[in-house]
Amino acid sequence: MAHPLIAWALALLQTLLFIASAPLLAGWIKCVRCVLQNRASPSVLQPYRDLGKLFRKKVVLAEEASWLFRSTPYIVLGTMILAAAVIPLVTVRLPTDAIADVIVLVGFLALGRFFLALAGLDIGTSFGGMGSSREMMVASLAEPAMLMAVFTLSMTASSTNLSTAMHYLLQSGLVLRPAFVFTAAGLMMVAIAETGRLPVDNPATHLELTMIHEGMILEYSGRHLALMEWASEIKLMIYAVLIADIFLPWGIATRFTAWALVMGVVAIGAKLALLVVLLAVIESGLAKMRLFRVPEFLNLAFLLCLLGLLSHIILEVGI
Amino acid sequence: MVAVGLYTQAIRMLAALVLFTSFALLAQTRMAALIRLFAWQGALLAVTTALVALVTHQPRLYLSALLTLGLKALLIPWFLNRLVIRLELQHETEDLRGNAMVLLGAAALTVFSYYVVMPIVELSTLVTRNVIAVSLAIVLLGMLLIIVRRKAVTQVVGFMCMENGLFFAAVVSTYGMPMVVELGVAFDVLVASILFGVFFLHLRDSIDSLDVDRLNRLREADE
Repeated sequence: MAHPLIAWALALLQTLLFIASAPLLAGWIKCVRCVLQNRASPSVLQPYRDLGKLFRKKVVLAEEASWLFRSTPYIVLGTMILAAAVIPLVTVRLPTDAIADVIVLVGFLALGRFFLALAGLDIGTSFGGMGSSREMMVASLAEPAMLMAVFTLSMTASSTNLSTAMHYLLQSGLVLRPAFVFTAAGLMMVAIAETGRLPVDNPATHLELTMIHEGMILEYSGRHLALMEWASEIKLMIYAVLIADIFLPWGIATRFTAWALVMGVVAIGAKLALLVVLLAVIESGLAKMRLFRVPEFLNLAFLLCLLGLLSHIILEVGI
Repeated sequence: MVAVGLYTQAIRMLAALVLFTSFALLAQTRMAALIRLFAWQGALLAVTTALVALVTHQPRLYLSALLTLGLKALLIPWFLNRLVIRLELQHETEDLRGNAMVLLGAAALTVFSYYVVMPIVELSTLVTRNVIAVSLAIVLLGMLLIIVRRKAVTQVVGFMCMENGLFFAAVVSTYGMPMVVELGVAFDVLVASILFGVFFLHLRDSIDSLDVDRLNRLREADE
């Protein structure tokens, strides 16, 4: 174990890297999607430029906006940064990992979502209200599935701490776990629903009658909108890193040497790039679902996660 | 967790996938896709049987695997498919209201079968003892499929699914039945599928539908 001060510095650096590279991931998704659809793609750095532009613009507030509406962007971004801090990105066993376990991580995401939904209702426009109610519907179905996936991981590793669980997975080597196959599929479906990607929500359009996320942030402008956009990019990154961490933990640094850390950065970069290509292929291949079919989609995700848990108990415990 | 061999891990993996196809059968509403899924279940079952044969050095299980592949993954699905095309049911879908509850019920049945099999697992020393619960679950899920669906073709698939589960149970709990019994069962299933075909044709001729709920109604009462 390294000096505590160095470890904290590393944890801070890792979190900064996490939130700074989130727009890059969003840009990379757009690029891959454009290539798949035979369109000329914007630069990978376009999300940074968008954020910069929005930060420079003036904030326009509705007359009825309360303090809740003004403070929500900061709360949402804050919860996302906290959540990002507890996920091992480059290395495991950092002091921030001990702050919160996976269940608290789900709680952070829920807290951000709660305030987002309140802000959607605050102004009183019909789109905001519809967006909030839909977001809560999706969340109420996606969260149990996500928790099932988390339980499967915790039961396998006998720990709810993400860092400890990853350490266990790395040490047990390459084991075929039927539970993880189902859980990976279920968690991916949850991630698609929670980050508002196709086929649940279309991230690329405003003013669609079925929009969910865009409906809630429709009234935001300028700095507030930039914070919201950034928070949703971090959320996408959180899910991507979580999937990469749990199901492909190899390559992450377990010691604090320079070489291991560089390898960790390269490994997570490669894993995320590949995952995003997979996501883009899924998104390009599917049409957006009708809103009333979303519960069926999430029901399947829940079933997959439940099957993962069951097959863990039946096939992997007590051998 | 004690380290187990790669083949044993693969058997567990495949057993989980067979269980998944059973769940998928319960969720699937289109006839053609249902039959394709059933064929996949047969194929996975055959691969699992071959792997069990490899791990336990039981050469006669290879024959069972071959029989399963030929009969349940190819011949019966092909026969059912032909029947569905002949009856013009390819695009038929079933109305599944409250299917979420059925799927949760299926999960509960899986837990139940695990609970029932637990004493056997504790006594057994076989490599595949963990899979016994899965095979019982497949039998129960096949039964559930017969109970919740109304179309005759789906019920036949449910029946075959139960048979798959029984065969799987035999393979993983005693390394297969005697060859004579196995051949007899395989022949029975084949004959059953042909009889079902005849039954479908007659059913459609007499009540103009394959919805077995309509068998409850007397013709006189309708008129």
